[in-house]
Amino acid sequence: MTAAVVVPETPVLIAQDVTFRIARFLPDVDSEVHWEDFVVPMYPTDRVLDALSKIKGDLDGTLSFRRSCGHGICGSDAMRINGRNRLACKTLVKDLDSSKPITVEAIKGLPLEKDLIVDMEPFFAAYRQVLPFLIPDGHEPSRERLQSAEDRAIFDDGTKCILCACCTTSCPVYWTDGQYFGPAAIVAAHRFIFDSRDSGAEQRLEILNDREGVWRCRTTFNCTDACPRGIEITKAIQEVKRALIFRRV
Amino acid sequence: MTTIEAPRSTGRNKQRSNFEMYSWLFMRISGIVLIFLVLGHLLIMNILDGGVQRINFAFVAGRWASPFWQVWDLAMLWLAMLHGGNGLRTIINDYAERDMTRFWLKSLLYVSVIFIVALGTLVIFTFDPNLG
Repeated sequence: MTAAVVVPETPVLIAQDVTFRIARFLPDVDSEVHWEDFVVPMYPTDRVLDALSKIKGDLDGTLSFRRSCGHGICGSDAMRINGRNRLACKTLVKDLDSSKPITVEAIKGLPLEKDLIVDMEPFFAAYRQVLPFLIPDGHEPSRERLQSAEDRAIFDDGTKCILCACCTTSCPVYWTDGQYFGPAAIVAAHRFIFDSRDSGAEQRLEILNDREGVWRCRTTFNCTDACPRGIEITKAIQEVKRALIFRRV
Repeated sequence: MTTIEAPRSTGRNKQRSNFEMYSWLFMRISGIVLIFLVLGHLLIMNILDGGVQRINFAFVAGRWASPFWQVWDLAMLWLAMLHGGNGLRTIINDYAERDMTRFWLKSLLYVSVIFIVALGTLVIFTFDPNLG
């Protein structure tokens, strides 16, 4: 008896030319944003970030974009790809329609600095305003602050946030009104408001009860769709609204 | 020991007010009430016995002789106007970018809401069935 040797067929990956249509803005030269096309040979398993690196390395060194880890953890490379906010390092070419040009723009609603880079300061200013740190009360315990698994589960979703700004810059209210705290800041507040070890909930709820707080949310779910970490952002915002109405956390 | 400075405020409106919360709640509650009031109104006026053909001055006069229909119509007028007005207010807040545009659009909105609510209320309370 001869054992049949099964050789798994390795899928052959073929590089194909893909057009990337990138929104360029060089502040020293341009008065407004314009589109530029770049044709790059890409494997289906390549990421959009790879395309940007190739363009910057081989075609046009002036292209500017932020990247750090390249693995969906640092939150540096949020951009609008084919009209949707995503991380360039988590978007594969095979998941996009590469028969047409793939558009890449900077995220909306924050001041554009150059090409795909925006000024993140207003975003972080809103984040700082909601006091995103533990506010304990009483004496400092001599051992760690214990928490049950159930208590942790209440706010676990929000701890996944990497502050990439995909959600906040997909929010139509944030686009027209930069004063709105935005989904990311509300998620950060939610993460501490519902933390059993924290006692600053009242303070944070008061901050989010502001004219520009949670009541500006129109429940369009853009933020939830945009989040590369899959956080249920709209749900978190609704939970903060409910906590405000019943003043019970 | 180093101290960490408290986060600096960027000068947001610091007034403590629950207005936005109550207006949000009002939208939900008035919306639910309006479903019944408006659907009931449409059913009575347009579909049930004879429908829209039977509506004339006498029909309206007969309905408004009863305090029940007066209260129904008054509630519908006030809730619909305030619900719609508040909805438009939030849309103006969302989409009017310049402060002056916002101010004038909202002024126009408030004036028309007050005018229609006042006119409607006046008609319901001072309606004279003997006019016809």
